[in-house]
Parts: sequence; C-alpha cells; structure tokens
Amino acid sequence: MASLSTWSPIVLVVAFLILVAVAYFFRSRGEARYKEGTAQTQVFLAGEEAPEPEKRHIRAQNMYWGFFQALKQYYQTTMNAHTGIINDYIIWFTSVVAIAAVIVFIAGMV
Amino acid sequence: MDSLVTHSSILAIAIPLLAAFLTPLASKVGDRARNTVVIGALALAEFLVIILARDIYLNGLHVYTLGAAATDLTIPEHYMVPVRIILEVDAMSVFMGLITTTISLAGAIYSISFLKQETGGDRFYTLLLLLAVGMLGLEFTGDMFNFFVFLEILSISGAALAAFRTRFGDATEGGFKYIVISAVGALVVLFAVGILYAQYNVLSMAALAQAIQYTALDKIALALLVVALAMKLASVPLHMWAPDTYSVAPAGTTPMIYVASQACLYGMFRVLFSLYGVSLDTLAIGWIVIVLGVLSMFVGVTMAVHQSDIKRLMAYHAISQSGYMLLGIGVGLAVLADPQALASYGREAISGGIFHIINNALYKGLLFLTAEALFFSLGTRDLNKMGGMFRNMRYTAIFFIVGALAISGVPPFNGFTSKLMIYESVYNFSPVLAVIAMLVSIVTLASFTKAFQSAFTGPALPQHDNIREVPKPMLIGMGILAIAIVFFSLFPSLVVNTIVTPATDALIDQAGYIGAVMGGA
Repeated sequence: MASLSTWSPIVLVVAFLILVAVAYFFRSRGEARYKEGTAQTQVFLAGEEAPEPEKRHIRAQNMYWGFFQALKQYYQTTMNAHTGIINDYIIWFTSVVAIAAVIVFIAGMV
Repeated sequence: MDSLVTHSSILAIAIPLLAAFLTPLASKVGDRARNTVVIGALALAEFLVIILARDIYLNGLHVYTLGAAATDLTIPEHYMVPVRIILEVDAMSVFMGLITTTISLAGAIYSISFLKQETGGDRFYTLLLLLAVGMLGLEFTGDMFNFFVFLEILSISGAALAAFRTRFGDATEGGFKYIVISAVGALVVLFAVGILYAQYNVLSMAALAQAIQYTALDKIALALLVVALAMKLASVPLHMWAPDTYSVAPAGTTPMIYVASQACLYGMFRVLFSLYGVSLDTLAIGWIVIVLGVLSMFVGVTMAVHQSDIKRLMAYHAISQSGYMLLGIGVGLAVLADPQALASYGREAISGGIFHIINNALYKGLLFLTAEALFFSLGTRDLNKMGGMFRNMRYTAIFFIVGALAISGVPPFNGFTSKLMIYESVYNFSPVLAVIAMLVSIVTLASFTKAFQSAFTGPALPQHDNIREVPKPMLIGMGILAIAIVFFSLFPSLVVNTIVTPATDALIDQAGYIGAVMGGA
C-alpha cells in the first residue's frame, strides 16, 4: 500500500517520548513547593472569589454555540427530518429503494 | 488438528448456538457456571475462527458442505448445481469473523458486572450468544437463503437485547424500532432472494454469481438488497433508528449490535462484489455507495456534535464512521471494471475501507463501553449532568482518550492509518470527496473534545463525590479493546499485510469465489 510505505507510527511515538522527556526536564526545573491556603492556590490571582464548581464547569450545551448558530438553517432542516416516527423511517426506505432502482435502470440504458 | 480445522467454520457457529440453549440450564447451577459457559463458548469460537483464518491465509478459501459425504463435495453426483447448505469462508468472511468473535468476547466479559444489577441474566446471555451466532452465520454462509435466516437471527436477538431493560420506556421504543426496520429489511431481502431463485433455480451464492444475467429483475433485486442492507447498517438517510437503538442497548451489547450492522455492511459487499461482480454497472452502483457514504459521514458527524446524550453522540459517530467504509469501498467498486484505476488506487481504497471496519469495531466498541461505564456509575447519559470524572474514573477516562483519539484519526492511532489510506486513494478518484472526508474527521475531533471536556474535566462536582471506578470485569472488557487498538496503531503494516490485503483480494476475486463451489461446472 502506497500510503503505508511512508508512514511509521513507531517514529512518531519515539518523537513524542523525546518531547515528553524534554517537557518533563523543564517542568522539573520549576518551583516544587507551594503554600496551601494562600493566594498561590487560588483560581484567580487577582483574589476574586471563584464561583461554585457547578457554576464554573462549562456544560455540553454551552459548547460550540457559534458553530451551531452559523449552521442554524442546516440544523433546523436536519432536525425536522429526524421525527422519531417509525412510519417516516419506512417512507425514507421506500423512497431510497425507488431512487436506487431508477438509477440502476437508467445506468443500464446509457 | 486437521479435523478441527476442517470443521472449524461450522463449529464456530454451532458452539455458541449450543451454549445459547445451555445458558438457562447453567443459570440454575449459578451465575458463575453460566458465565463460564458463555465466556468459554465465545473464547472457543474465537479460537476456532483464528485457526480457520490461519488455514485460509495459508491454503485459500474454505468450503464446508453440510450433510455431504465429504465436506468439500459441493455438487452432489449427477447434479449440475449445489443443493446442500454450504459455508464458503474466504479471507473477507474470516476477517469479519475475527471482528465478531473479539467484540462478542469483550462484550460478554464487560457484561458480567452489569448483570449483577439486573434480573434475567440467563435470557440476556442466550440473546447475546444468538446475536454472535447470527453474525458468524451471515459472514460464513455461501447460500442466499441462509443469509436471510442468519439476518433474522441477528435482528431478533439484537432487538430483544436493545429492549432488555424494559423498565426504561426508551429501551422498549429502541427495541421496537430495531425490530420493525429489521423485519422490513429482512422481508425485502427475502423478496430479492425470491426474485433470484425464481430466475435461476439456485440459492448458492457462487452458483447464482455464475448464472446471473443482470436482467431487469436482477436490477430490481440488486436495488432491494443494497438498500435493505444499507438500512440495517444505518446509512444516511436510513439511519434514524440507530441512535434510538444504540443509546438504550445494555452494557456490552451496544458494540455487538453495532458490529451486527457491520456484518450487514459485509453482506452488501458480498452481494456487490461476489454475487453481481463485474456483471453490474460498477460505476453507477459505485456512485450510489459513494453518495450513501458521504451523506453518512457528513450528516452523522454534524448530528453527533449537537448531542448532549453521550450514547446518542456515540451512535451518530458510528453512522459517520460507516460512511468512511462506504466511501472507500464505493470508490473501489466504481473503478472495478477499469484494471488500471483499480491497480492504481481502487484496491487501496477498498483496503482502506476494509481496514476501517476492524479499526472502527475496536475503537467504537471501546467508546460505547466507556459511555456505558459512565451511565453505570452516574445513572445518566446526559453530558450536561457530568463533570470532573477524571478524578473518580481514571481508567475509564484513559480508555475514552484512546478511543477518542483513534476515532478522530489522530496519529499514530489506528483510525489515522485507515483514514490515510482512504484519503490518498479517494483523492485520486475525486479530490472533493477526500476533502469532505478530512473535514468530517476534524468535526469528529471537535465532538469528542466536547464529550471529554463535559464528562471528565472541570472542577470536582459535589454530587459526584461518591462515584467510584467501574468493577474489574468492565475494565477488562474495555482493556481488551484498548490493547488491540494500541497494537493496531503501532503495527499497521503487519495488520494490513496479514488480514486486510487478503480480504481485499478475496473480495475482488469473484472468479475464485465461484470456482471454489462450482469447480469446472
């Protein structure tokens, strides 16, 4: 296979391990000690109180808002097609069978 | 040992079938005895498929005739065509058999802890074994009517498993939808088989492939078979049942129901390449498969990224990933009649699609299990109610990362390798299709970033203080798949050369498939 002749995961893993070792080296040069209960362990350096854990966790429903807003029309159309009604599933099936049969017949005539 | 190899194809089906009916009896002795019977039967089936695979890779296609004086006596004396039930197992069939037995074994081990919370364990395992039997039978059969029979076994057991947790309303609904679409699909398959039988008076796939004339009736049968199997594999726009069913199926069985869909994908390939082969208009049919693939990839992933229910998110990704397989195989099919294009990139496209089947079965199976582990511990599938679970479920989180990186096609994971093969080969056919495939991969990564961020990262939430890691059997089930993913990621060439390339060659070699049964007839 052409694509596999140029691809070696082992080389990538070795490169990754070297990078991890370098990162670990620089990390180990840092300050190891800190004082608990002081400003060093607070979320905001400015001293502002951090909200409750429930309030500061970003939930799934809040992610990619811009993406969904940009594709609002697409999502409205697609969601409307997903009715959850089994009769509709069978209508889709019948329609696709008909389209496939027509394509097969037309292709046979060309 | 030779005798075991000779009978391995039928034993791989018969042993889980026998165990399915022994399970209720073993349950009377105790849960441990029942679990031993189930795990033992599936492990034995896996062993048989492995030795069968080894034999096929060394000696070629394996044919087994039931009820004949000799197992390779496909056509009885004084007959012109095969009349007995025949199993015809080539490198493609056994490739699917390896996936089926591995996922079934991992699913059964994973389910041990889950069943402690449920009643009806004997029925659960009977159904689980019957699902494995349905898949293996469908993959190994060389007969169109038995293809339908095993499709029915697979569908009924799959629907019953999806609806197993009847105390949940959505489980009953998911099971109901699965059985309705399966019944319609199987009925249409039976109708198509009837059309072929009425014309050629045979049911053996090899005999049919030799006789097929590609008449108007054959074209109708082709459209019925391809679309019915496309619905079973949840290709867009016939996919809508899949999120409803996958999201409610109990632990361990979701990957199996998903692999059952992949078995139907195999069925579609068998119909297209081995039954009809070059007699059909490969360019037109290839484009139908490509369009189904592109729609599945794009609609699947865009719907997935919008989900808040982790199992529905996984289900839409399963649909999206099936699109890659359809795309690769569709491109190979489109150029099947053009030897130059087939050698240049068509064969690699088919190999990429086939390699993606096994990769996807592994990482999608693992991801379904991690989603079920979260549901097991938290009691919810809603990502909006999760957070900070890396602290409580470290192993599950690591397994999730492995699966998520693999499905997103991040190097060096196995998903990247099969996608690379698809991108490169499809680019030669149509650069636009390759760009769409890459775009879908990026959105997949975005979707799993969202799922991981929502479930595992963030501050420790007080309501999850008492949440602990899932029991060991569940971790072992996930671990088996994670180890397989790492192995496939590190040694892709070994995997491709050993099991994928022979499967590709077997799929393309229609003459070999016919000749193994028909000989010089």
